[in-house]
Amino acid sequence: MEEFIHSKFNYWIYVLLMMIGLWGMIAKNNLIKKLIGMSIFQTAIILFYVSIAVKEKEANIPILPHHGHDYSPLAAAAHAGHGDGDGGHKDDNGHNASPEGHGDHGDHGHAGAHDPKVPVPNEFANPLPHVLMLTAIVVGVATLGLALAISQKIFKHYGTLEEDELLKKVRADDYV
Amino acid sequence: MSEHSPVLLMVCPVFAAVFCVLFGMRNKAVCLPLVLLGLGGSLYFAVDVFYQVQASSSKAISYYLAGWNGTDFPRGVGIEYRVDLLNSLVLMLIPAVGLLAALFSREFVPRETPGKEPQYYTLFLLLLTGLMGMTVTGDAFNLYVLLEVSSLTGYALIAMGSPRAAVSAFQYVILGTIGATFYLLGVGYLYIKTGSLNMSGIHHAIVAHGLMESPAIYVAFILIFAGIWVKLAFFPVFNWLPNAYSQAPTSTGCVVAPLMTKVSVYIMVRVMITLFGADYVYGSLDWSGPIVWVSVIAILSGSVLAFAQKDLRRMLTYLIVAEVGYMVGGAWLLVPGGMARGELLSQTATGMVGTTYHIISDAAMTLCLFMAAGAMIRKAGSSRISSMYGLFSKSPVTMVCFVVGALSMIGVPPTCGFFSKWYLVSGAFAAGRWEFAIALLISSLMNAVLFFRVIEHAFFMNPDDKGEENIAPAFSENPSSMLVPLVLAAASLFAIGLFNKEIAGYLEQFLFYAQFGSYG
Repeated sequence: MEEFIHSKFNYWIYVLLMMIGLWGMIAKNNLIKKLIGMSIFQTAIILFYVSIAVKEKEANIPILPHHGHDYSPLAAAAHAGHGDGDGGHKDDNGHNASPEGHGDHGDHGHAGAHDPKVPVPNEFANPLPHVLMLTAIVVGVATLGLALAISQKIFKHYGTLEEDELLKKVRADDYV
Repeated sequence: MSEHSPVLLMVCPVFAAVFCVLFGMRNKAVCLPLVLLGLGGSLYFAVDVFYQVQASSSKAISYYLAGWNGTDFPRGVGIEYRVDLLNSLVLMLIPAVGLLAALFSREFVPRETPGKEPQYYTLFLLLLTGLMGMTVTGDAFNLYVLLEVSSLTGYALIAMGSPRAAVSAFQYVILGTIGATFYLLGVGYLYIKTGSLNMSGIHHAIVAHGLMESPAIYVAFILIFAGIWVKLAFFPVFNWLPNAYSQAPTSTGCVVAPLMTKVSVYIMVRVMITLFGADYVYGSLDWSGPIVWVSVIAILSGSVLAFAQKDLRRMLTYLIVAEVGYMVGGAWLLVPGGMARGELLSQTATGMVGTTYHIISDAAMTLCLFMAAGAMIRKAGSSRISSMYGLFSKSPVTMVCFVVGALSMIGVPPTCGFFSKWYLVSGAFAAGRWEFAIALLISSLMNAVLFFRVIEHAFFMNPDDKGEENIAPAFSENPSSMLVPLVLAAASLFAIGLFNKEIAGYLEQFLFYAQFGSYG
């Protein structure tokens, strides 16, 4: 049981955080507390995605060693292509446009697998989930900002941010 | 003409939005021309993309953003824009609806959001950009980002109305964020299992690695569908829609009501056919039974709740809930075992042509009805149905357009509403789902009663005015800046109806190429 929890520790935390956030959004009465719940909810997803990027052994940040001088991106691309698919594609996209062309990348494929200078995908954390989450953080900030602006507008007119009082006033307005 | 058309159709409104902020602050008069210019550019490139798709041999074109190489890395995670026969139609629909709604908004925006015209039109353009992006993209994560672009601008456009609208917009923000985040979570599960974010790449990996029975894919499907259902306002999470849409500013309602739910239905179809694939959704997953029943409940509850409304726009928003039921139910109509026998997709998923046709026709109908309702409320001075007395003699053109929209909603030929119901009902018969066909017919009858109640009020004088006061009210039609888009929208109902064979032909072709088209 302990092993079961320990081996997927961050995933358990993400589920817990997500449930706390969801509860806050649905059950809390104060609009600002709902927004705090929303932030926790979105942060839980960020934890989930970042956990995907973790490799089994100690992995490094995806920056090429030795300033990348004696390193062939094309060979690395072909090498990564033989991997499990989620390791190496994204850091190659930029190199694909290089004038060396694409036709000969198959020839380098197996040579690259034995070349010590070519980085092994498993030595690097997967950068893609981090990149995705940068976008998701921006989206989260925008949502929070917009929601706060809307709550400000609500407070200016109704003078309250408690949902039950607010709904009472709204209904009173509706039946004038 | 240009290979860059799929991305240019999004670039046009983005740049128009930037200029709208820059120049609109100094001179408010440039905002509306900029909106029309940006959306006109989008429409031009969308038509161009449509012809390119027609001309291509695989009936689909791909555009790799920033020129990443899609041939060597078919499962790569660069963003791909992919247009096929289905989304080339939706792509023309979005800027067309946007153009008509923008023309129509001229009378309303300065009155309902005074002093905020540049901000309003900037958000308006970005909303349409987000919707077009959701339609054009072939990348699951990119779809999430553009979903949030369109949602955030939508929340803001709704909240710009009355303080009451802000309360509805807040509820919409909470529910919409839950929906979008569930979608994002589902995409994460798919990425773990398939290592790809490209929609057809994910489907390819599911098939190639034998993941059809994988519980992780199943969880991802549930999460993504839970997310899309919130955005769809499908039963039972539809409560946010009537509040938000009926209290939004008039011109916001005219663009949000026709497009938001319809693009969400398109996303659902795209996720079913391209992301998970018809072989997964109709083959190994057996959800057709319960979902069609839930959509029957959605159709009936939407129609019944529409009866209880005294407010014209609120009544129309409940009809959107019923229409979403049509489309979701239609997408899940299924001849059992059809996929296993290798039958054509259009003969297995018998309602799919009806659903996709209804995306187009319902957008046109909702646009026509919301614009007509806005014009009627402007003349009657109140949104209550009981205050609509004498509108026929006051503003006959507006009322004729409303009647055309109403007839289409009821399903009278030759309007497009008849043909989409025809395709859906015949699909229900082919799949043997009588309950769905019966729900459609009941809802049509209820629509007839609902709309004739409004038309009756508008046709006769106020019975409280006795004696000499009971004279016809003076003729005072709405200005032509409102009538032109309204008449065009009403005319489009006939056009979409009369060209139903061609459109349904494209959609059948789309299903054919989705089933047998080569990957990549």
